[in-house]
Amino acid sequence: MAEQFEPDERAEAAERLRRAGYSDADVQREVTALEEKSATAARIFDLRRIIGGLFVLYGVILVITGLTDSDADIDKAQGININLWTGVGMLALGIFFLVWLWLRPAATAAPPLPVPEEKASE
Amino acid sequence: MRPPTYLASDLATERAPLLAAELRLPTNWLDYTILGIYFVVVLGIGFAARRSVKTSLDFFLSGRSLPAWITGLAFISANLAATEILGMAANSAQYGAYTVHWYWIGAIPAMVFLGLVMMPFYYGSKVRSVPEFLLLRFDKAAHLLSSLLFAFAAILIAGVNLYALAIVVEALLGWPQWVAIVVAGFFVLAYITLGGLSSAIYNEVLQFFVILAALIPLSVLGLKRVNGWDGLSDSLTKTHGDDFVTAWGGTGIGSDNPLGANWLTIVLGLGFVLSFGYWTTNFAEVQRALSAKNLSAAQRTPLIAAYPKIFIVFLVMIPGLVAAVLVPKIGTSGSDLQYNDAIPYLMSQLLPNGVLGIAVTGLLAAFMAGMAANVSSFNTVFTTDIWAKYVVRGREDGYYVRFGRLITAIGVAASVGTAFLASSFSNIMSYLQTLFSFFNVPMFVVFIVGMFWKRASMKSGFWGLLAGTTAAMINYFVLYKRDIISIPSDQGANFVSAIAGFVAGAVVMVAVSLFTAPKPEKDLQGLVYGTRSPGMAEPPAAGDDAWYRKPALLGWGAVILAAACYIPFSF
Repeated sequence: MAEQFEPDERAEAAERLRRAGYSDADVQREVTALEEKSATAARIFDLRRIIGGLFVLYGVILVITGLTDSDADIDKAQGININLWTGVGMLALGIFFLVWLWLRPAATAAPPLPVPEEKASE
Repeated sequence: MRPPTYLASDLATERAPLLAAELRLPTNWLDYTILGIYFVVVLGIGFAARRSVKTSLDFFLSGRSLPAWITGLAFISANLAATEILGMAANSAQYGAYTVHWYWIGAIPAMVFLGLVMMPFYYGSKVRSVPEFLLLRFDKAAHLLSSLLFAFAAILIAGVNLYALAIVVEALLGWPQWVAIVVAGFFVLAYITLGGLSSAIYNEVLQFFVILAALIPLSVLGLKRVNGWDGLSDSLTKTHGDDFVTAWGGTGIGSDNPLGANWLTIVLGLGFVLSFGYWTTNFAEVQRALSAKNLSAAQRTPLIAAYPKIFIVFLVMIPGLVAAVLVPKIGTSGSDLQYNDAIPYLMSQLLPNGVLGIAVTGLLAAFMAGMAANVSSFNTVFTTDIWAKYVVRGREDGYYVRFGRLITAIGVAASVGTAFLASSFSNIMSYLQTLFSFFNVPMFVVFIVGMFWKRASMKSGFWGLLAGTTAAMINYFVLYKRDIISIPSDQGANFVSAIAGFVAGAVVMVAVSLFTAPKPEKDLQGLVYGTRSPGMAEPPAAGDDAWYRKPALLGWGAVILAAACYIPFSF
């Protein structure tokens, strides 16, 4: 499990039980406290890298397929080399996300260690 | 949970052997490689998002920290489930260009209203779910009723999604139904349990782009096949009449059209009641906006989603219309193909290996995203609204994260069970789908009255909810189904039932409010129009004052654009 336990968990639990959040003030207090401890903003990876990586990969696959397509494939697609064109479009979108990431990196810098999710997409 | 255009039962009527030959896609190793890569990435996102989950707020609401472009695209993607894509193409093959109403009048105004008017109350009050807002504004009875209805409906819809996936995959790829159900259930379970809402949302954004990469080539080739838009509308006018390619033709009150609805029921029933109910109170949608990083981003979530929504209609309508030209008897006894088969049919006819793999991936991704949106909203409502408030209260936060993961597994298991059940009792399933389509209507009445009328009493929420639901169901299942009132089609009856539910809910709320005590004014801060809660006072983040990030400009821009889109379809 990823969550970490605070030392004063017991006392907090008793406190929570007492104030028992059914009113707007309670909900706001509870959510504000959770927001302060939240880790998403600091630890979440940048999605642009995944979209960029996946679409560049798909784009390359489709462009190669399009360049080697048989006449029968192209006839099926009404005379359009649809693999090539879709590949070019996906490649362009992938590059767009990578360039965006490169020009405007996320404001809260992710921890410097290499993130494992890169392997998944590239 | 709005009126289903895609009924699981339509697919299941003993047709699999008939269709296997006609719809089976000529997939090869390349297509399966593309699909395989996608599944790896989906799981990778789950594992990578796992380290961002520390508190229950991270798990259920991404820590309220995501940027607007991500929540906005997830907002549209949660709606762009495969049942929506196939169903709207089916709708177009059956009713023609009337389909645009589900987008331009049946989505955009409601999305803009959510962003501009309602989001300050939702986000500013810091509620974690739609039912939690009802708890603050009304009382525990309204809260518990809406939570239970939502939890039940979410599992049902997730199950319907899975079942529809199994049937489509069986026809297209030849996998046995149980394989598809178990595989899709496993992947959704894995990535939501690992990364919570963040990984559901990230996968939805990814899915959005893959779906576009599938639908754009399909629409382009489809148009080429029928000699462009002019060729398409000429052929359809010849075979289906003039009104088929217009938005409003034949919708005068008293005149006859296949949709069974006139302009008034379209505008009030679809455009106002059903659409506002779905877009503004369905937690599977609203949850995406609540996970945004600040009020401005939350407001922009549905507004950013509105722009792609305006144009997506072409990507589902064109394949539907093209199918109606290529298979003139589609959906009738003269053809093996059903309306729902429009997109799969074009895929098999037009796409070569490669793009075909992208299209299959997009379709499977859309099924999984539709299911995941329901599962990730279900686990939130079940944990924070039902379990943490009425069953096991006041435990440490880590407990609720663990419970959230457990209930995700239970929820997925329940939807897998629902899917298997649906394969034996598909008629019951389409009945239930219709039933649940009405639950958002009374929710919307209760919200709108509660947000704009300070006097609406604590008890009126519960009774409004109950009365509205009952009235819509009586109108649909008794008055319409037993032919006491005459409406020509199910869609038309949906619109009328929604209006009946809305009116009944509003009347009961007003009546109950007059006889019961209002909520003390100090408890309504930030919950009713004209008041402010302390949470709303936060200063705008740097850069949010840029003109292109102004919610009012984005919102009105979308409304004007949608209205302008009607022009070429109106004459």
